[in-house]
Amino acid sequence: MRDASDSTKENPPPVGQRGGSGFNRRDFLKGSGAAVAATAVVTAVEESIAQDKKATKNLVAAKAGPVKLDINGKAHTVTVEPRVTLIDVLRNDLNLTGAKEVCTTTNCGSCTVIIDGKPVYACATPAVSCVGKKITTVEGLGDGTNVDDVVKCFVKHDATQCGYCTPGFVVATRAFLNANPGAGMDAIRKGLGGNICRCGTYDGVANAALECAAAAKPAAGKKGAK
Amino acid sequence: MAERKFAWPARAENTLIGKDIQRLDGVAKASGQAKYTADINSQGTLFARLATCPHAAAKLTAIDPEAAKKVNGVRAVHLFKKVGDEMRWDGELIAAVAADRAEQAADGVKAIEATIKYEVLPHFVDDNDVEGAKKADRFQQLTQKAEGDVEAAIKGAAAVHKGHYGIATISHMCLEPHGSHCEWKGDDLGVHLSTQNVSGTPGQFAEPLGIEASNVTVTSDYEGGGFGSKFQADEWGVACAKMAKETGKPVRLMLDRATELKTGGTRPSGFIDVTVAADADGKVVAWDSVHWGTAGIGGGGVDVGQLPYPFKFPNSRVSQIGLKCNVGPNRAWRAPPHPQLCAMTQTVLDDLAAKLKMDSLEFFKKNLEYTLNDKAGVYAAELEIAAKAIDWKAKWHPHGQAGKGAVKRGLGMAFHRWGGGAGPCTCTVKIHPDGSVESFLGSQDIGTGTRTVISITMAETFGLPLSGVKVHLGSSKYPQSGASGGSITVGGVCGAHRRASQTALWEIFDKVAEKYKLESADGLVARGGNILNGKDTVCTWKQACSLLGQMPLEVKGEGPKKDGLTSDQVGGVQMVDLSVDTETGLVRIHKFVCVQDCGLILDELTARSQVLGALIMGIAYSLSEEQIMDNKTGRYINVDLQNYKLPRIGDVGELVAIMYQPDSEYDRGVVGLGEPPVIAPGAAISNAVANATGVRVPVLPLTPKRVLDALKGGKV
Repeated sequence: MRDASDSTKENPPPVGQRGGSGFNRRDFLKGSGAAVAATAVVTAVEESIAQDKKATKNLVAAKAGPVKLDINGKAHTVTVEPRVTLIDVLRNDLNLTGAKEVCTTTNCGSCTVIIDGKPVYACATPAVSCVGKKITTVEGLGDGTNVDDVVKCFVKHDATQCGYCTPGFVVATRAFLNANPGAGMDAIRKGLGGNICRCGTYDGVANAALECAAAAKPAAGKKGAK
Repeated sequence: MAERKFAWPARAENTLIGKDIQRLDGVAKASGQAKYTADINSQGTLFARLATCPHAAAKLTAIDPEAAKKVNGVRAVHLFKKVGDEMRWDGELIAAVAADRAEQAADGVKAIEATIKYEVLPHFVDDNDVEGAKKADRFQQLTQKAEGDVEAAIKGAAAVHKGHYGIATISHMCLEPHGSHCEWKGDDLGVHLSTQNVSGTPGQFAEPLGIEASNVTVTSDYEGGGFGSKFQADEWGVACAKMAKETGKPVRLMLDRATELKTGGTRPSGFIDVTVAADADGKVVAWDSVHWGTAGIGGGGVDVGQLPYPFKFPNSRVSQIGLKCNVGPNRAWRAPPHPQLCAMTQTVLDDLAAKLKMDSLEFFKKNLEYTLNDKAGVYAAELEIAAKAIDWKAKWHPHGQAGKGAVKRGLGMAFHRWGGGAGPCTCTVKIHPDGSVESFLGSQDIGTGTRTVISITMAETFGLPLSGVKVHLGSSKYPQSGASGGSITVGGVCGAHRRASQTALWEIFDKVAEKYKLESADGLVARGGNILNGKDTVCTWKQACSLLGQMPLEVKGEGPKKDGLTSDQVGGVQMVDLSVDTETGLVRIHKFVCVQDCGLILDELTARSQVLGALIMGIAYSLSEEQIMDNKTGRYINVDLQNYKLPRIGDVGELVAIMYQPDSEYDRGVVGLGEPPVIAPGAAISNAVANATGVRVPVLPLTPKRVLDALKGGKV
């Protein structure tokens, strides 16, 4: 975790200076289609700076600045460069380590968070693109004792082994069930296809999600029950 | 006084053992509260990134660490290689850069990479090219073994089958990559290490750092997957400690995804040319095989000592060739090397059965008498259960007779064995005078439920709820316990805890008998939070523990011992029902059944999970995942989760785990289960594809391309 004082000391070297940032926009965007729209503003700024200085390569990231984020209902301000991803801010700046960084290429879902109600891969989401949005991480789904039903169902169905992919799966499941209450098994197997587990907990995950989905059918359930 | 013996409770008396018990760290893991090594963020932590070799073989001719040191935020640069050193695979480590922020460390890596020059050397990476290996001087003749008269047996056989089979290299692909967080306090080094070997790694840090092992504490509360690849401190772990020392700040260094795949561990490939023969009755009379593959630059490959697997046929001959390839080093991968041996044996035998026009199940049943470890009877029982679960009798058809239509359905089966004997463990069990119970051991919970099964063992012994006992593991400062590899942990730790707990309980019983003036402690049992004499409650557990006085009772547990609490040798059978789309080459699993024995089962829920997980990992290496090397550049080209294909939740079909535990199994005591069910999926799935299509797709994984090539009769 970074010292609180460090986050104000960001001072990237001038453009073109040897030993400066090797940040390269194309490398950053490569393979991260989801991030393209989100970074448009940032990269436009970089390009204008670069053109001004007549630099043709090694585009330098824009300067670090304060980024205010609403995470789990709390306001946090971090001072980071625009290229810094939400997953790095969550894990390294704010010590919210429930979301994991596994693939960095938007393939595995271990970094899943909910932004304005939608599940998002935080590994390819620049933190600056989240300003003004509501971010929910797995930590926002319970404090370890008073936890979300999805967490309870995951434990009941043993949908965890090493557990490293589990928080991402839990958040993805919560977001999926919010959008699809009462989903059946086929829909669950499609809807949770954005996450990867290596130990092989899919059977437990699917059954956990199914039980949560059944419990989330209040209307039908109440009518049927006396 | 009656003789006191270490033993598990009578099966019918158990309140916890053998039930579905939710894992105790489940909430911590699912709610994101569990802290893995990659999550350790002590104040001021620096973040490290790596520069690796982009060539399969090269000599380092220039490198300038100063370039990275000038980068904003960079605090330390560590060089793994110096000018003149040779790199032998794509992904070998060159340098590490630690900086205040991760992106600054990445900038530092780019800066140092700009100064690196290589002299590129010739490489060889094709592990299936024996002739090429000879030409390139990468050929290595390894073991040969022979028993009986193979030629004569083949000559006199009723059916002979010849074929070529194989299984590709895979990477461990741990989701939490290898790595550590190192922090010095004076001369003492604290390491959070993503490891399967808490007790065994302090010395691996101490020696290269020139300090005493007693100065090192290795901690691993949680580990995000190891699968056999995380037993070592590794050069990057030592580098992390060195950079932490140099900067006076904690450093976290985890491998990036590509390096995790290239350097963090692979399972060796195996290819085989084989001739196998049977008599008219369907009994195998001869096995003759030549095997090749690679385990990396040192050559080697799959240890074929146990080919044909798991059989001992009357006549057999096996020889092995190693190919020295410029690929990352191999590491133990779940049940080494049984998955490869199983895939390279039971596919061959299934084709022999087809040649004999026999039902695969009947054929394998006929040959059970040749299986090892006196397990033929157990296999036979398990085969019956599995066949019923998958409806073998109704659904099986001869290979290739799946009817018309592009999508063909088929059944396949295979079976496996594994040792799984209890590993070394020492633990300290403490009973406090207030009745609270805790234990300490330098083991680790790698996802198999170690904490949970130890808690079950102690709580069952003391007649307490699970909440009445605490387990402390994951620190090298606790009593030494073995590494978690070889499926030896659960037997090891639970045997030791049962011994310690029974010993403690007997001492408490003696005090109770004395205090309450009982004739003998023989009739005492601990149940439901009370001490009972027969059916009469003598006192509560807390009252009993208060007799200890002021000091806790501390008992050391040890193992393994041959006292019946644990044993070894497990087996299991697997049957799969799948479809093959002969137009796209796509294989779809409908149902996958595993019937598995592992002696006494402590927690049915986590045991089933272990089996289900193994089936899914088996589906992965059978259908999609593999290391893809580019022969031209010598590079490992699919080093991300987009191109290294793992199944997702919709790709695995219906999975059925049936734990085989008649009293004869319960009475064997605890045997490890971690690895065995991952052994048979390759052969079972390949056999089902052959059954569906009538064509053997010889090399795993059965990707759409390989399936289509085989269907076209092309080169595979």
